[in-house]
Amino acid sequence: MGVMDEKMQNTRRTTDRSSLFIRGFSYVFIGAFSLCCLLPFLLVLGTSFTSEASVKQSGFNFWPKEFSTFAYRIVLENPTQILGSYAVTIGITVVGTAIGLLIVAMTGYALQRPDFLFRNKISFFIYFTTLFSGGLVPFYLLMTQYLHLKDNYLAILLPGLLSPFLIIMMKSFVRSIPHAITESAKIDGAGDFTIFVKLILPMTTPALATIGLFIALGYWNEWYNSMLFLSSDMQFRPLQLYLYNVVTKADAIRNSAAASNVPLSDVPIETMKMAIAVIATGPVILFYPFVQRYFIKGITVGAVKG
Amino acid sequence: MSVLTEKESSMDLADKRTGSWWKKFKNNRTLLIMCLPAIVFFVIFAYLPMPGLYLAFIKYNYSDGIFNSPFVGFENFRFLVITGDLWKLTFNTVAYNLAFILLGNVLQIFVAVLLNELRGKWFKKISQTLMFLPHFISAVLIGLIAYNILSYDYGLLNGILQSLGMEPVKVYSTPNAWPFIIVLTYLWQATGYGSIIYFAAIMGLDNEVVEASEIDGANAFQRIRYIVLPWLKPTFIILLLFSLGGVLKGNFGLIYNLVGANNTALYATTDIIETYVFRSLMTNFNFSLGSAVSLYQSLFGFAIVLTANWLVRKLSPENSLF
Repeated sequence: MGVMDEKMQNTRRTTDRSSLFIRGFSYVFIGAFSLCCLLPFLLVLGTSFTSEASVKQSGFNFWPKEFSTFAYRIVLENPTQILGSYAVTIGITVVGTAIGLLIVAMTGYALQRPDFLFRNKISFFIYFTTLFSGGLVPFYLLMTQYLHLKDNYLAILLPGLLSPFLIIMMKSFVRSIPHAITESAKIDGAGDFTIFVKLILPMTTPALATIGLFIALGYWNEWYNSMLFLSSDMQFRPLQLYLYNVVTKADAIRNSAAASNVPLSDVPIETMKMAIAVIATGPVILFYPFVQRYFIKGITVGAVKG
Repeated sequence: MSVLTEKESSMDLADKRTGSWWKKFKNNRTLLIMCLPAIVFFVIFAYLPMPGLYLAFIKYNYSDGIFNSPFVGFENFRFLVITGDLWKLTFNTVAYNLAFILLGNVLQIFVAVLLNELRGKWFKKISQTLMFLPHFISAVLIGLIAYNILSYDYGLLNGILQSLGMEPVKVYSTPNAWPFIIVLTYLWQATGYGSIIYFAAIMGLDNEVVEASEIDGANAFQRIRYIVLPWLKPTFIILLLFSLGGVLKGNFGLIYNLVGANNTALYATTDIIETYVFRSLMTNFNFSLGSAVSLYQSLFGFAIVLTANWLVRKLSPENSLF
């Protein structure tokens, strides 16, 4: 019946000239906009496979005028730097996501329990942090002078664990589970934590995937705290800080190339920036089409309330 | 639902009878413990820095520390007002955010409505995937992409201009170009992902209403104008008000990575509250001035959120934050 309706509707729409016009326009506009979203990435990719001489002569381009893998060869010839950065970023992402997800899930569930007496007080306590903050300077002093986290990976790991936004998102997900399930388990004598682990967690796996991906993406793309708290002479910097240093400081490039036997004047500065960008971003771009539905779920659920 | 209220009221009764605070605590102990890590997190990373805003009222120097540096009252604020910095920062921050919010939402609605008109399943899927792509990359890469296009020596833009026989442009020393560049980059990054909310809202539109309008002879323009857009209006207003609440919070990652750390030539049009505070911490070491700006931002921003929320509560109470 539903399929029939849809078919009828479609035939009616095709006969309408204004519909045809709008549909045509939609294809053109959406197609063009999608292309605009893709092209800059191709620009970076294309340049990374271009010879430095050709870049110096005719600039960055989508398609290599003179194909070359020299930039990649230099980066990968002495892979310690990039592999170290990968290891640091992957380590922080995995550990941080696991811990953060557990905390967000526990808190979100507890705060959604109607029989939890302190739920409103704690919810407000958490929400208030989005309204008022101490700002960057006191945060920096706390992290460096009181917690002594300068040049410590914990300075990246800890602040990224959770956010009010993610807890609110978890609450929205949990809201769809009937409270009666918790109640009947309580009558059977199960403790709150057991209910959470044995009943609620298995029922919220899509939510956990969504929240976990949000946390993981945050860690993967993290550069701000890295820039604040990790000095650039640290041996293994997280990927994005490594990329940031390479992009903003020509010295950083020369340092990365120093291990290879290429004379300093021949170091392909511009194309190496692009090659490192491709290596640092590639996994996210290749991976995300498979998980984008979770991000879609996250924003539609999270947007309902705050 | 009735079971739930019954249970709650019987619990209340039990509490009243025993009347003990300890009993309440014991009943909720496990849930409280489950919240504890998050509470500790926010205490450390959000609440502990707050008293640090005291820095705004002293003339901080490193050797004396926070407690021995001289107290100067509102001197830091006075300085910010006299130099015109406070006004400039507020203007830039608010203007950028208004452009992001207004143009962003309009474009997101536009894209969502057009997406809904597409029929090809694959085209829709692939275009959505491509439009989300910019949302998933780091701000650092966005800075690099901009450099790819705008660089004076090798940038794509100058390559195109030169092949057309025109003079190359020095974008990185042209302050007036940057509001456009920053807003365009924001739209490039945020439109696809932001359109999801509106697209989901359109999906919730009752198909019968649409069909009825077509039977009544409405054409596609009329359908969009009189059915789809009014349907999106509440979502639009709520999202608008929520974002307006954050109008004083600048997009540091975007602007910092686009403009670069020390490009003083562009400050007039690109300096926002966050970049100023960042510089006061990392390059000028004027912690007190930075904190004064932060305190101003937090207090003023708080007032704006309260106003926005008051408006939301008037328009649609179920969506208000508190």
